[in-house]
Amino acid sequence: MYGNDFAPPEDGPGGGLLGEVEAAEAALREAAARARRGGPAPDEDFAAYFADVIDADQKIEPRDWMPEAYRKTLIRQIAQHAHSEIIGMQPEGNWISRAPSLKRKAILLAKVQDEAGHGLYLYAAAETLGVSRDELVELLIEGRQKYSSIFNYPTLTWADVGAIGWLVDGAAIVNQVPLCRCSYGPYARAMIRVCKEESFHQRQGYEILHTLAHGTPEQKAMAQDAVDRWWYPSLAMFGPPDGDSTHSAQSMAWKIKRFSNDELRQRFVDMCVQQAEILGLTIPDPDLRWNEQRQSYDYTQPDYDELMRVIKGDGPCNRQRMEHRRRAHAEGAWVREAAAAYAAKRNSKEKVAA
Amino acid sequence: MSTDHSPLWEVFVRARRGLSHTHVGSLHAPDAELALRNARDLYTRRQEGVSIWVVPASAITASSPDEKDAFFDPAADKVYRHPTFYEVPDGVAHL
Ligand SMILES: [Fe+2]
Ligand SMILES: [Fe+2]
Repeated sequence: MYGNDFAPPEDGPGGGLLGEVEAAEAALREAAARARRGGPAPDEDFAAYFADVIDADQKIEPRDWMPEAYRKTLIRQIAQHAHSEIIGMQPEGNWISRAPSLKRKAILLAKVQDEAGHGLYLYAAAETLGVSRDELVELLIEGRQKYSSIFNYPTLTWADVGAIGWLVDGAAIVNQVPLCRCSYGPYARAMIRVCKEESFHQRQGYEILHTLAHGTPEQKAMAQDAVDRWWYPSLAMFGPPDGDSTHSAQSMAWKIKRFSNDELRQRFVDMCVQQAEILGLTIPDPDLRWNEQRQSYDYTQPDYDELMRVIKGDGPCNRQRMEHRRRAHAEGAWVREAAAAYAAKRNSKEKVAA
Repeated sequence: MSTDHSPLWEVFVRARRGLSHTHVGSLHAPDAELALRNARDLYTRRQEGVSIWVVPASAITASSPDEKDAFFDPAADKVYRHPTFYEVPDGVAHL
């Protein structure tokens, strides 16, 4: 139940993260079935129709009219999300060849493969807005579009694989579950798929840490060290504090975003405290304490100057991540060319035969 | 590598026997065979399906949402196509 944090309707279907995702899926179907009567017609006042659909919590679909800024915002957000999934394969990919057992290796392979899948679902969702995947890949490779800053931190030990699953995938889930209710249909549907798979990622990470934390003193120290290093970068994944967040208000009005950065960050902290206790590990924040009045934990903010530096390209691994992606893309060129040549040859043969 | 060498395919999956194929998403592939294999790896990693269709996205002709009302209008005033239109006298069985 690692994702159970979103004030769900009491005992939502299944409970926990998956319950939240199922609830979002049910809401999507329910809203689709609901007829809107008396609203503006789609072919008369485009803007009014768009506003009416958003207002009714229904979905905007690819060929609907939409404000240019809505389209641009979505393309940027979905593309950066896709890039993050793809770059995000690297920190953990680093440990595939050195996983401590065949079982752990198979699990890690499956997880990294899932992340590739997430990237592809998201590129496909972005393409419905009128950009091509090639353009987006190009923007990433030229460094003109960003990916999540978290993947610019190194994975120094095996325990980091556990900490990534628990904290990084955990933070991603807190961010992503509300996106299952995003107003743009293809993005919402992609997020439903992604979130269903993410719960496995978080659990496998938690299990790695739990095993280490209950192993030898050295193993426990390794787990604690990983949590110490990943805690604040994970908090920074929710972005700058609400006061400094530039895109938030409009995205909220469009129902792309449902909660503010600080709200989501607080949820994440509140959910992690008890999980850390069960691990027997300490969250590296001496000021972390329960606030009876707010019914939430008080906690120390991450270093937002560091976040800005890492986003600008000055994190520990930015250069390495980009170099690797460029190299992998270039080294895959012959495969793409060979497949295209084979398809072209077969096409021409079929034409001759017909 | 441009997109025309690796065109877009729409993927439809039959989740279980007895259900119809449902659109699940899209992907790029140079030909139908690779599109099928990619679809298996991308959309059925957890046994989500027993059968897959892939269709070149360029082969799909879609109605435009802008003309939604006018396009589907002919059906709107034909309520008599629904059984609920008819009044059934009390006491009639098996109708
Ligand atoms: Fe992911
Ligand atoms: Fe993940």
